[in-house]
Amino acid sequence: MRYVLMPLLAAVLAVLGASGALALDLRAAVLRVDYETLLPISRFDLRAEDLGFAGAMLADEDNGTTGRFLGHTYETIHKATDPEGADAALDEILGQGITLIVVLARDADVLRLADRAAEAGALVLNASAPGVALRDEDCRGNLLHIAPSNAMMADAVAQFAVWKQWKRWFLVSGSNPADIELAEAYRKAARKFGAKITDERTFEDTGGARRTDSGHVLVQRQLPVFTQGAEGHDLLIAADATDYFARYLGYHHWSPRPVMGSAGLWPTTFHAAHEAWGATQFQTRFEALTGRYVKPEDYNVWLALRVVGEAVTRASTDDAMALRDYALSDDFELAAFKGQKVTFRNWNGQLRQPILLYDGMITVSVSPQDGFLHRVSPLDTLGLDRPESACSAFN
Amino acid sequence: MKMRSVSRPLTLALALLAATPALANKAFVSNERGNTITVVDTDTWEVITEFPGGNRPRGITISPDGTKLYVCASDDNLVRVFDTETYKEIGTLPSGPDPELFVISSDGKHLYIANEDDNLVTVTDTEQGVVLAEVPVGVEPEGMGISPDEKWVVNTSETTNMAHFIDTSDYKIKHNVLVDQRPRYAQYTADGKRLFVSSEIGGTVSVMDIAPDGAPTLVTKIEFEVPGVLPEWLQPVGVKVTQDGNRIFVALGPANRVAVIDGESLEVLDYIIVGQRVWQLAFTPDEKYLLTTNGNSNDITVIDVKAEKAIKSVQVGQQPWGVVVTPN
Repeated sequence: MRYVLMPLLAAVLAVLGASGALALDLRAAVLRVDYETLLPISRFDLRAEDLGFAGAMLADEDNGTTGRFLGHTYETIHKATDPEGADAALDEILGQGITLIVVLARDADVLRLADRAAEAGALVLNASAPGVALRDEDCRGNLLHIAPSNAMMADAVAQFAVWKQWKRWFLVSGSNPADIELAEAYRKAARKFGAKITDERTFEDTGGARRTDSGHVLVQRQLPVFTQGAEGHDLLIAADATDYFARYLGYHHWSPRPVMGSAGLWPTTFHAAHEAWGATQFQTRFEALTGRYVKPEDYNVWLALRVVGEAVTRASTDDAMALRDYALSDDFELAAFKGQKVTFRNWNGQLRQPILLYDGMITVSVSPQDGFLHRVSPLDTLGLDRPESACSAFN
Repeated sequence: MKMRSVSRPLTLALALLAATPALANKAFVSNERGNTITVVDTDTWEVITEFPGGNRPRGITISPDGTKLYVCASDDNLVRVFDTETYKEIGTLPSGPDPELFVISSDGKHLYIANEDDNLVTVTDTEQGVVLAEVPVGVEPEGMGISPDEKWVVNTSETTNMAHFIDTSDYKIKHNVLVDQRPRYAQYTADGKRLFVSSEIGGTVSVMDIAPDGAPTLVTKIEFEVPGVLPEWLQPVGVKVTQDGNRIFVALGPANRVAVIDGESLEVLDYIIVGQRVWQLAFTPDEKYLLTTNGNSNDITVIDVKAEKAIKSVQVGQQPWGVVVTPN
């Protein structure tokens, strides 16, 4: 047993009377870059108009309720843009003097926007881009990653598969750059946790119709043939970051083996059926506010702004870099409806977090799995680890 | 053996009356998932009965005279009132939406209720059946504690991470104290000089000294450490303190243990292994036993307080959440 006697000053400061705290008016922005994409395979994946922004609305409410007791207010502006307009949209945000910016965009855009924001002393919180390089050699000191990386997601799946003793994988990946990067994350995960990729195939993206009245007829004929004759495997891992084939694999795969990765059982930060660890309260609040179910992008934006709110509450400052420093310090911890506190890897700015494994209806499991240990935190068994990181912006 | 027949509570009561001066006490356990209340005899540790408790029963308490059982039926958005002898529902009380936990005043007239979904503490008059006040608090209010002089009600808000001190004379918040992540429970010592607040995700119990005027000062945080258990799973929830203040018991959730803490030195002396996902705690009135609800193993563990040992577990309903024992 240990207990810590806090310094008297800290104890006095921690007792906050109605009028004792410093008044702060926080302004933040969510910048969402909307890309030209085809419709998703499933209608359940249609993008809501307020995707991501809805999470910011809830975060403003949550932070504002806490802020009421401290004299802190929170206001987040929302901006959606096409890729060409992204820089101008960022400039407009920076022009308003806002230095806390949550970005929903692809890797290359996040990186460019972060560099542009750095010139204005602004902090960028990445709520969507999954690329490992952003957390590795391309890391930036003013860029924190709320979204998990491809590596964290792949490791989460790999740990579950290994825990199940399903160690022989048939990897089917897409042909787009994002799919290829995701497939590489699964190859690394297999090596890291002792699974073996016994066979591998690429499902070419040849374009064309995705969701048609009779699409299932063709799918039912094509996919068994495509997956026929694969080497012995316990599991099919799909790497389809662009959402054009993985959802069709279940039941159409030649062998009676489960699908994981981009379909079947997939890793996610959050989903609308998650109820453990008080998450029901989050779902109720979100649905009452927005009239729809939560998507991972909404949760990521909410979490990004809760990181800001928590840092403001504890550090009593509105300075973006001071908030960043607090978030990266040992004092920072945050509850995120994941059963344990989330904290940052202070060597690359990635938020440590459990990853939910979801089958489209329920939380099937949560990684890290039992028995995967790490000298810092079991959460660091997911994704890039410090010794292998080429990130130096946080030194 | 006949005496233990569950169909004859009256016979049993009479028999015990004849044998010993004290009546048997009953423990009432709210089963969050099963939507029932389990009644357990605290002499024989037999289950007497199980009856419907409304939708998602969580917080559970009893009137000072022991006749009325109050249950937060969270999904019904009200408090259900049951007769502790007949187990019949005798009424409902307005509670505000999603009531989770509450405390009752010593005269039984007021319930102070945390409304988890609405960032409110609702004060309900149990006799008139009306809401007296709604106090806006932080996000996800949960824990409720009442000072022995009843001048203060303390609410903990799980996402705001504060203990809010509500003055019961005007229902205004007079103090807010930041604590660690997801504060779950607030418990005063019997002399009112200390307050303990458990933080589930922070993994600590904040200890506050309470001045004569009720003002809190955070003095220390108790931490926990069990060899072979990941620190992430040491999640403090329910807290109870013995009348003399010598022992503090803290339920540690998924660590499946209750920590025993010395009231003077605030050192953790021992960890008692109980059922799975241990949640809330209640003493028997003589403080001989401490009962724990174990949400994942669907049982309660009986701890011998003096010996600081678990002596028995009793199967109850699905996902037991709260527990209260009838007064003498």
